[in-house]
Amino acid sequence: MKKITVAIAGNPNSGKTSIFNMVTGTRQQVGNYPGVTVEKKEGLYTYKDYKIRFVDLPGTYSLSPYSTEELVARRFIIENRPDVVVDVVDCSNIERNLYLATQLMEMNVPMVLAFNMSDIAKRNGLQFDIASLAELLEVEIVPTVGNRAEGKNKLLDAIVKTAQKGRVTREHRVHFGPEIETELASIEELVTGLEPGLGQKYGSRWLALKLLEQDSEIIDKVHSKELKEAALKSVKHIRGVFKDEPEMLIADRRYGYISGACQETIKTTVEARHSKSDMIDAIVTNPFLGLPIFLLLMYIVFQLTFTIGGYPMGWLAGLFAWSANAITSLWPADTAQWLRSLLVDGIIGGVGGVMVFLPNILLLFLAIAVLEDTGYMARAAFIMDRIMHKIGLHGKSFIPMLIGFGCTVPAIMATRILENKRNRFTTILVLPLMSCGAKLTIYTLIIPVFFSPTWRGPMLWLIYLIGIGLAVVCIRILRVSLFKGETTPFVMELPPYRMPTLKAISLHTWHRGWIYLKKAGTVILLISILLWVGMNYPKPKAESLKGLNSHQVRQKEISNSVVGRIGKFIEPAIKPLGFDWRIGTALIGATAAKEVFVSQMAIVYAAQDSGESHQSLSEKLRANYSPLVGFCVCLFCLIYAPCVVTVVMAKSEMNSWFWAGFQFFGLTVLAYVITLIVYQAGSLFAGY
Amino acid sequence: MEQANLIPLSQITQGQTVKLVKINAGRGLRMRLASMGILPDVTITVVNNRHPGPFMISVKGTKVMLGRGMADKVLVQ
Repeated sequence: MKKITVAIAGNPNSGKTSIFNMVTGTRQQVGNYPGVTVEKKEGLYTYKDYKIRFVDLPGTYSLSPYSTEELVARRFIIENRPDVVVDVVDCSNIERNLYLATQLMEMNVPMVLAFNMSDIAKRNGLQFDIASLAELLEVEIVPTVGNRAEGKNKLLDAIVKTAQKGRVTREHRVHFGPEIETELASIEELVTGLEPGLGQKYGSRWLALKLLEQDSEIIDKVHSKELKEAALKSVKHIRGVFKDEPEMLIADRRYGYISGACQETIKTTVEARHSKSDMIDAIVTNPFLGLPIFLLLMYIVFQLTFTIGGYPMGWLAGLFAWSANAITSLWPADTAQWLRSLLVDGIIGGVGGVMVFLPNILLLFLAIAVLEDTGYMARAAFIMDRIMHKIGLHGKSFIPMLIGFGCTVPAIMATRILENKRNRFTTILVLPLMSCGAKLTIYTLIIPVFFSPTWRGPMLWLIYLIGIGLAVVCIRILRVSLFKGETTPFVMELPPYRMPTLKAISLHTWHRGWIYLKKAGTVILLISILLWVGMNYPKPKAESLKGLNSHQVRQKEISNSVVGRIGKFIEPAIKPLGFDWRIGTALIGATAAKEVFVSQMAIVYAAQDSGESHQSLSEKLRANYSPLVGFCVCLFCLIYAPCVVTVVMAKSEMNSWFWAGFQFFGLTVLAYVITLIVYQAGSLFAGY
Repeated sequence: MEQANLIPLSQITQGQTVKLVKINAGRGLRMRLASMGILPDVTITVVNNRHPGPFMISVKGTKVMLGRGMADKVLVQ
């Protein structure tokens, strides 16, 4: 059995993923490329005598050093030296797709071209002379239809054949014209003399080409000053002759080469170009219909996720409650009560509380996968861009923000649809300001306690609005301070509409669900246990609990615990906000999950937590706090530190504890300042 | 003079087809556009031009969305 590694490259929307799914089946591993949050998918497939490891490179239009995805793809090809690179080409759009192929050819990697969507190309009236084109480009070309798994064995055969051949020097290559070729030749010569190691690794012509293109990543690798200066001189010379950057000229020549190759080998038989896609676009990007259609679709996604998802969520919650009860009732009365509490309150309560959201997560990502795979997502960005652009974000940012009103965690995961790092980080950082479903439970406890029925609706509305307003302000501040820069070089392809395949969508959904489950089983489990310890230890002395009922015992326990003590400790700090140690304790506990605030308040007031209403708790709250404090609690809960699940997800999506910490503390400070102002100003006016 | 009749792409009305002459932008942006097939001498059809929103063009058989700011920098004939 021989092992080979195959990298799959291709333009975005070329059907690269469908080819990857076709050759790997469902056994795929998802991770990140080292050091960046670019998703890396791998799969194994055994074919004939070969064990083939497929690596899906990020979708790119080229291999220049201008985006993370392109750098990642290029580095993988250079550093990991895959045996074969499969370039997936959307052959209904051949010229642009072959641009990447010319760059791969320059790197002289053994390559196979998968001419994907050959069915669509045929329908559009394109006829390929594949044999001549393959000869001209010196690669194996295999027509495929990825989403119908056509051409699988032929592609695998071509991969094996190319791997056997190994690296061969090409006869044909892109000719950049006499002027550039002369400069190239002289730099190449210097490379061989001055940097033989690099020349060996990258190929001297490729290295020379990159130096002419002033490729920053490659220039940094060169040590020889002489070589760098010579390259710069060549650049200036070419600039002088053509009045343009060598890089642009080189790009132009690549297209020239492609169009030359295509002219001889591709025939267009039909000229009709008005496709179904144009018709759909005329409706969904219509200035009047576009926005309503988009909002309607988003409404459907939301309903699907949080209404239909509510049923399986209820079943799961029931299952966890049932197992918690079962453990409690079966547990021998006098042995290791702490272990029972750890299992029931800590682990089942903590991890179970996160797991119940799995159906929502799956449904949400199912919907997103459908929107993305059909091609609608790009249109949504087009429609929302006008509004989001004013705030300083990409049109696509709207989608995670909307999801944030349901739950911040999937919203953070959904920011993967944003390619630009600045946009992505800014979006992630402000996402907690979109009031999630768990925060709603706090508002629904507090607001009815202090406000008359006529004011409840407006109050809730005001809280949500404050969140959105703050998010807009924060985005603007972040975009001019920490994440300065153009709102994105805004170019985005609008792919033709396509019917998504069940396999692609279910794989995508499952990958997202799996990431979520893994988090629940590891980091969140650990944090749940820590918080449980903090809320239960140290225990008060046994004699002090004599004669108290179970609620009072629990009250005593929590006020004696680490979390309770911290609550008391920070009381002087939160007093100016109108909060006492009880609220402080509940706020700390609520970092586990926001809805915990309600049960914590119930415990510290030794009130009846169970039952259909929080009747006794409501009375106690009304007796102890003013409406202003009530409003401030809502306000603080809206803004302050996100729950631990969000922190964990934010860390993994931004790949940095620093930014996750920045979000955690930044929002807490913001909450403190705003609540302080509101409480102090409010007290002054109302004379509380 | 050839320079004289250059107009920014953003001023082209919906449905018109033009030839790209020049892109006034930094290297990074120009290369990104080039990798998507948008470079001097290609023919561009304006598919959607809603003031003041983004801009939709068709180039080499693909639809591409451009930010309005960018459409100002693309000069056509």
